[in-house]
Amino acid sequence: MTEAPVIFDRRAVRRQRERAAVRIGEVELLGDLAARLIERLDDTTRRFSRALDLGGRGVVAPLLRGRGIAVVAGDISPRMAARSGPPCLALDEECLPFAPGSFDLVIASLSLHWVNDLPGALIQIRRALAPGGLFLASLPAAGTLGELRSALLGAEAALSAGAAPRIAPFPDLRDCAGLLQRAGFALPVADVAEIALLYADPWDLLRDLRDAGEANALAARSRRVPRRALFSTALAALPTEAGRVRATLRLAVLTGWAPDGPLASFGGAAYGGR
Amino acid sequence: MTKPDLPDPPAGAAAARPVDPRLLEILVCPLTRQGLRYDPVRNELISEAAGLAYPIRDGIPIMLPDEARPLGP
Repeated sequence: MTEAPVIFDRRAVRRQRERAAVRIGEVELLGDLAARLIERLDDTTRRFSRALDLGGRGVVAPLLRGRGIAVVAGDISPRMAARSGPPCLALDEECLPFAPGSFDLVIASLSLHWVNDLPGALIQIRRALAPGGLFLASLPAAGTLGELRSALLGAEAALSAGAAPRIAPFPDLRDCAGLLQRAGFALPVADVAEIALLYADPWDLLRDLRDAGEANALAARSRRVPRRALFSTALAALPTEAGRVRATLRLAVLTGWAPDGPLASFGGAAYGGR
Repeated sequence: MTKPDLPDPPAGAAAARPVDPRLLEILVCPLTRQGLRYDPVRNELISEAAGLAYPIRDGIPIMLPDEARPLGP
């Protein structure tokens, strides 16, 4: 096995999700984005009965259970996992603890972008799926929070010498489809939608990110507590639309099927058919 | 145990909540991918192959190798 580069501090990811578990119910956006992802299930006539919800933060599992699907929820933070209700567990997406073929659906709503070894995680997800099972995930793609990234870089350069990374690198859409294919998924598809997040109070953008467990967990992040002046300056530099500041979420949606026997190379499971 | 000053929790208390049986059927050791044995006394999932015991807290299995207890020799 080759070691994946350590871009993210997984202990920090866990700590932030532990903290965020207390306030996450206030982040309406997460629920909206989860609902939007799960609607994709209507694009297939396939019915699912046992799902794994990876990092759903308490908003994905109820939606799946509402569709009559049995759900196991996993999160790197035990407290965050508990928000989904039983059965749930603490797990590391980089080393999944499931027997092969345990699920016919794996859903990861905005949770795989803090994983160091995304190719490895995808392979493990594919193995946890039974033949013909579906993997459905959303993650922020390159360009997400681009305005905030440049505003922070500009502000930090103006206030001090040099700049520490504060926004995570996000994968390119083409990388996503390629990764699915390399992980052995059939019919890999990745598409992206641009969603404008508008905030009357720019500090609400930072609060939403923190409350969703999305604070900076880069391994190379600055450990110094950022000066309030830095964020004030950066937020003031964000573009506005009708008096509200704009942040862009480029939401990539990934789908892939676990190969289904000898027909795997033709896609196996019918997407919209059978 | 590590907290001798505290009284034992009553049977069925949250601290000793057992693992959901639906999980026992599908969980394996994340390191070795081998099966696990449930120890109802310590409320742990034992991976003989890895020499680790994964704790169950409030009914939630903690399948993180960092938090597992190394088994004695």
